[in-house]
Amino acid sequence: MIKYTLKRLLQSVVTLVVLVLIIFLMMRLMPEEGYFGEGYIRMDRVQIEAALTQMGLRDPILAQFYKYISGILHGDFGTSITFREKVPIAEIIKPRLPYSIYFGLASIIISLLIGIPMGIMMAQFKGRAPDMLGSGYVVLVKAVAPAVCYIFLQLYLSSLLKLPMLFNVRKPASWILPLLCMSIGNIANYAMWMRRYMVDELNRDYIKLAMAKGMSSTSIMTRHVLRNAFVPMAQLLPTSILLTITGSIYVESLFSIPGMGGLLVLAIQRQDNPLVQALVLIFSSVGIIGLFAGDVLMAIADPRIKTEYSGGSR
Amino acid sequence: MTTEKMDKNCENINAELFRFVKFDELAGERAGYSNYSYWHSTWRVFTKDRIAMLFLCLLFALLSFTFVQPFLPGQKDAIKIYNDEMGRQLRNIPPGTEFWLGTNSIGQDLWARIWSGTRTSMIIGMAVALANAVIGVLLGAMWGYVRRLERLITEIYNVFENIPDTIILILVAYMLRPGIGTIIFTMCLTGWMPTARYVRNMIIIIRDREFNLASRCLGTPTTRIITRNLLPQLVSVIMMRASLAITMAIGYEVFLTYIGLGLPVSIPSLGNLVNEGRVVMMSPSLRYQLIYPALILSLITISFYVIGNSFADASDPKNHL
Repeated sequence: MIKYTLKRLLQSVVTLVVLVLIIFLMMRLMPEEGYFGEGYIRMDRVQIEAALTQMGLRDPILAQFYKYISGILHGDFGTSITFREKVPIAEIIKPRLPYSIYFGLASIIISLLIGIPMGIMMAQFKGRAPDMLGSGYVVLVKAVAPAVCYIFLQLYLSSLLKLPMLFNVRKPASWILPLLCMSIGNIANYAMWMRRYMVDELNRDYIKLAMAKGMSSTSIMTRHVLRNAFVPMAQLLPTSILLTITGSIYVESLFSIPGMGGLLVLAIQRQDNPLVQALVLIFSSVGIIGLFAGDVLMAIADPRIKTEYSGGSR
Repeated sequence: MTTEKMDKNCENINAELFRFVKFDELAGERAGYSNYSYWHSTWRVFTKDRIAMLFLCLLFALLSFTFVQPFLPGQKDAIKIYNDEMGRQLRNIPPGTEFWLGTNSIGQDLWARIWSGTRTSMIIGMAVALANAVIGVLLGAMWGYVRRLERLITEIYNVFENIPDTIILILVAYMLRPGIGTIIFTMCLTGWMPTARYVRNMIIIIRDREFNLASRCLGTPTTRIITRNLLPQLVSVIMMRASLAITMAIGYEVFLTYIGLGLPVSIPSLGNLVNEGRVVMMSPSLRYQLIYPALILSLITISFYVIGNSFADASDPKNHL
C-alpha cells in the first residue's frame, strides 16, 4: 500500500515538473508583443529591448527558469499584463478561488447524491421504463456537446422555472442553474456505471445462491449487490474531478460566476500570457492532485486494483 | 426450460426419427463445413438494433446531403453578405421563402452556413478520428508487441494521462494560430491515448493465446497474423473509439470557439454558428439562429454516439449467438 502510494506520488510529481517545463518553454516561444499591453505599437526597438531586459527576459534561459520556479513556490505568479495592468496575479486569483472551490465541491456532491440512486433505480428496473428513461438521459448528455446542453438549460430552464439567468451572490436562487449545469455530466457518468456494475453483480453465481437460500430480494440488494458495486465506483471520483474542472471553465463564464474558470476565458480573450500561464498551471495541478487522491482512494477501497493501468473508465 | 417448452419439443418426437438412414457420402462431407463469416455475423447482429439502424440511415442522409448541397440548384453562398436594393445588409431576416432558415446578424444565409459549417465540423471530426485511430493503433501495437519499448511508452503515457485533456487543448490552441489545422492537431495530441491503451491491452491478451501461438508455430506470415488473428478482435474497439472521437471533436470545437480559441469567424463551423446564435439568443424572435445549428449538431453527435456503441456490441463475437 505505502509502496504503491509512493510510486503514484512520484508519478504525479514527474507529471507536474514536465507540465511546468512545457508551460515555461511554450510561453517563452510566443511573440514578444505578448509581454506588453496596449502601448506596444508606439514603442521603438530600443525601448522594447530595455523593457524585456528589465523583465529578465534576456537572461540565460536556465536563470529565467530558476526565477520562475522559485516564484511559483513562493506563490508569486508575476503580474497581469492586459487584464488588470501591473496587478499581481495572486491578488487577482485569490478572491475568485472560493467560488470555484465551493461550486466544484457542491457539484460533485450533488451528482453523487442524484447519480447513484438513479443508477440503482435503473439496475432494479432493468429493461423497463425507468431504465429506458435513464439510458436516454445518459445518451443525451454524453452525446450532445456540453456547450450546447448548457446553453439550452440556461435559456429554457430559466424561463420555465422563473430562475435568474446570471449568477448573483446575494440571490441563492441564481446558484441553482449553474450547479445543475455543472452536475449533469457527472450524474450521467455515475448513473451509467452504477447501473453497469450492479447488473454485472446481479448475474453472479453467489446471487443465485442467495436467492436459492431464500434471502429476500431487498436484503440481497443491500447486503450483496450494492456493497460490491460500490467498490469499483471509487474509480470514477478522479474522472468526475476532471469533468468538473472542464465544466467549471464553461459554466462559470456562461453564468458570469466570478471564479477561476470564467477568469481563464477572459484572460484568453485578452491575450494575457502570465495570467493564462498561472491559471493553466493551477487547473492542471488540481487535476493532477485529484487524480492522485482518487487512485489512492481506489487502492484503499479495493486492494486488488493496484495495477499500473488502473482506472478503466477514464 | 419451462414445462411448456418441453412439451412443445416432445410433440415433435416420433418413431420416424429413430429409424436408420441410408449412408449418404455427400451428406457426410457436408458436416464439416460452416459458412460462418465474422463480418456477416456482425452485420446481422447490428441490423437487429432498430434504433441504431434508424440513426445510421439518418446520419447517412445528413452526411450525403451535406456534401451534395453546394451542387444543388438555388443554393446561396455561405460567406457572402446579402444586401437589398438600397445596399443595406439583409440582417436577421426570419426563415422564409427567400432565405430558407433566415439570415444572421450581418446578412449571411443561415441555411447555406449550416451545411457549410457541418462540412467543416465533419472534416475536423473525421480527420481527428482517423489520426487518433492510426496513431493509437500503431503506438498501442508497439506498446504491446515490442517488449523493449513497453517501459518507455508506459512512463510517457503515465505522465500525460495525468494532465486534464482540456488543459492541454487550451494551452496548445492558445499558442498556435487559429485554424482548422491547429484544431485537428491539438485534438490529436491527447486523443490517441485511450485507443492506444485499449489496443495494447488487447494485444497483450491475444499475443500469448494458444491460437496465436499455433499460427506462429505453423509459420503463418506476420501480415496474416495481424489481419486474421489480431485485427478482427480490435475492430470493435477501434470503430467505437473513432465514432466517439467524432462526437468529442465536434463538442470540443464548440468549446474552443466559445472561449475564443476556435476557428476564425470567416470559416463557418458548427461551433461558430452556435456561438453566433448564443450572442443573439436573448431575443426570442432571433432564437432560430441558435436552434437550427444546435439541432443539426446534436443529431450528428447523437447518431455517431449511438452507432458507435451499438457497433461495438455487435462486433463482439460473444453477442453473435
